Amino acid sequence: MPKIIVTDRDGSTRTIEGETGLSVMENLRDNDFPIAAICGGCCSCATCHVYLEDSWFAKLPERQEDEQDLLEGSGHMKETSRLSCQIEFSDELDGLTLTIAPED
Amino acid sequence: MPEPVIIVGAGQAGGQTAVSLRLMGYEGPVLLIGDESHVPYERPPLSKAFLAGDVGHERLYLKRPTYYDDHDIALKLGMRVGAIDRTAKTVTLTSGESLGYDKLVLATGSRVRQLDVPGVDLNGVHYLRTLGDVEAIKAELEPDAAVAIVGGGYIGLEVAAVMTKLGAKPVVIELLDQVMARAMAPEVARFFEHVHRGEGVDIRLNTGVTGFQADDQGRVGAVATDRGETIAADLVIIGIGILPETGLAGAAGLAVENGIVVDDCGRTEDPSVFAAGDCTNHPNALLDRRLRLESVQNAVSQGKAVAAAIIGKPAPYAEVPWFWSDQFDLKLQIVGLSEPEDRVVIRGSLEDRKFSACYLRDGVFVAINCINALRDFTAAKKLVAAGARPDPARLADPDIALKEFE
Repeated sequence: MPKIIVTDRDGSTRTIEGETGLSVMENLRDNDFPIAAICGGCCSCATCHVYLEDSWFAKLPERQEDEQDLLEGSGHMKETSRLSCQIEFSDELDGLTLTIAPED
Repeated sequence: MPEPVIIVGAGQAGGQTAVSLRLMGYEGPVLLIGDESHVPYERPPLSKAFLAGDVGHERLYLKRPTYYDDHDIALKLGMRVGAIDRTAKTVTLTSGESLGYDKLVLATGSRVRQLDVPGVDLNGVHYLRTLGDVEAIKAELEPDAAVAIVGGGYIGLEVAAVMTKLGAKPVVIELLDQVMARAMAPEVARFFEHVHRGEGVDIRLNTGVTGFQADDQGRVGAVATDRGETIAADLVIIGIGILPETGLAGAAGLAVENGIVVDDCGRTEDPSVFAAGDCTNHPNALLDRRLRLESVQNAVSQGKAVAAAIIGKPAPYAEVPWFWSDQFDLKLQIVGLSEPEDRVVIRGSLEDRKFSACYLRDGVFVAINCINALRDFTAAKKLVAAGARPDPARLADPDIALKEFE
């Protein structure tokens, strides 16, 4: 199975088996990472905010407008910020490396 | 073997409580009892993406179905608790089975407010609260059906938007003189009414439903109104609000007053009994009042607070309430609880379908409705929490980011 390498807010890193066809957010949620993901993935809340490793950020398609706007409202936006609900996990993303962003 | 923590209700609050107990290191037995046949799932998409057929039910689950077994959380699904005995510390299922508990969590949620008019029991008349409700609606829905929607709140308008997308012809029947009256000012409601009508939704305001009439097959065929009209309907969906499910708590002698009365950690007056989610009346220090909320955010946060209290590490919960809705291309986000007397300041353009309505109470920023204005959302939560007092003239300028007022 393709893997996702996740660094938690406390700095610890864990590699999880990713399920393809689900969003990265759903994979993080099923593996008990502390993302609230309150809106369930409809891009309405910004509670699944992650930072991608630079090379992965560059590889993925650009943010859509809603995602961009939500992130700009966050106090923790960085260059490599993404909402993990907006990234569908696939075999091509094997090794995706990310860090959970602080809560707003 | 110690008695378990029994959680009554397998919705978002109950599911979160069970998950949080394990995440917080609780090692005793946990039993989650739900009257629906599904593992905990998200309700908000029921009237949106799930009704539209954009996502299947497997994408609604809060955790994959195997999660509970993997984390030693026992499930009893499709079963109802009929009574609680707080002296014996047992719950009795309607099947007759009796189960002892160490701690009890009431996460019983809400039930739909029922419409008491003739014909409401006809085939083709539906409420919308559960996955099963929506599956029943979808099974009966013909593509060009005339769909009467009773109630112009979030549910009614979300359903209307989906119906136009599916090719059906929706009529929204609303008793008050505006839609979404509880959440928004008339000028914002007028905007939504305008958009809905432009998309082909027939909205009838100031109109009450007096009954449903059968067609010649005995199914619903029309809605009768208090204006003397008869509105043809192949299908009826009623969304006139929800009420807290407090019957068990009340019968067990717990304090109930517009919800099960709990403190800021979800504790009732019985040290063995807790409650979380829609069914609670809880204090909120940020808002300086008690309230009952119908929201995912509250269900999740209060579920966490109850788990923390059970493991003996109480963490009082107070957050600014927030909600969201999707209708057509409109992404609506609501922060805080507005009142009709609040001063409304509009940022942005109604014509461009991108603006926020800010609510000021005695100069204090108390609430916002963001319409395709996602940039304002997170900043608004902070402003409400801080009791900010922004200058109304500057607030009205959408080029000044809300963050600037923090």
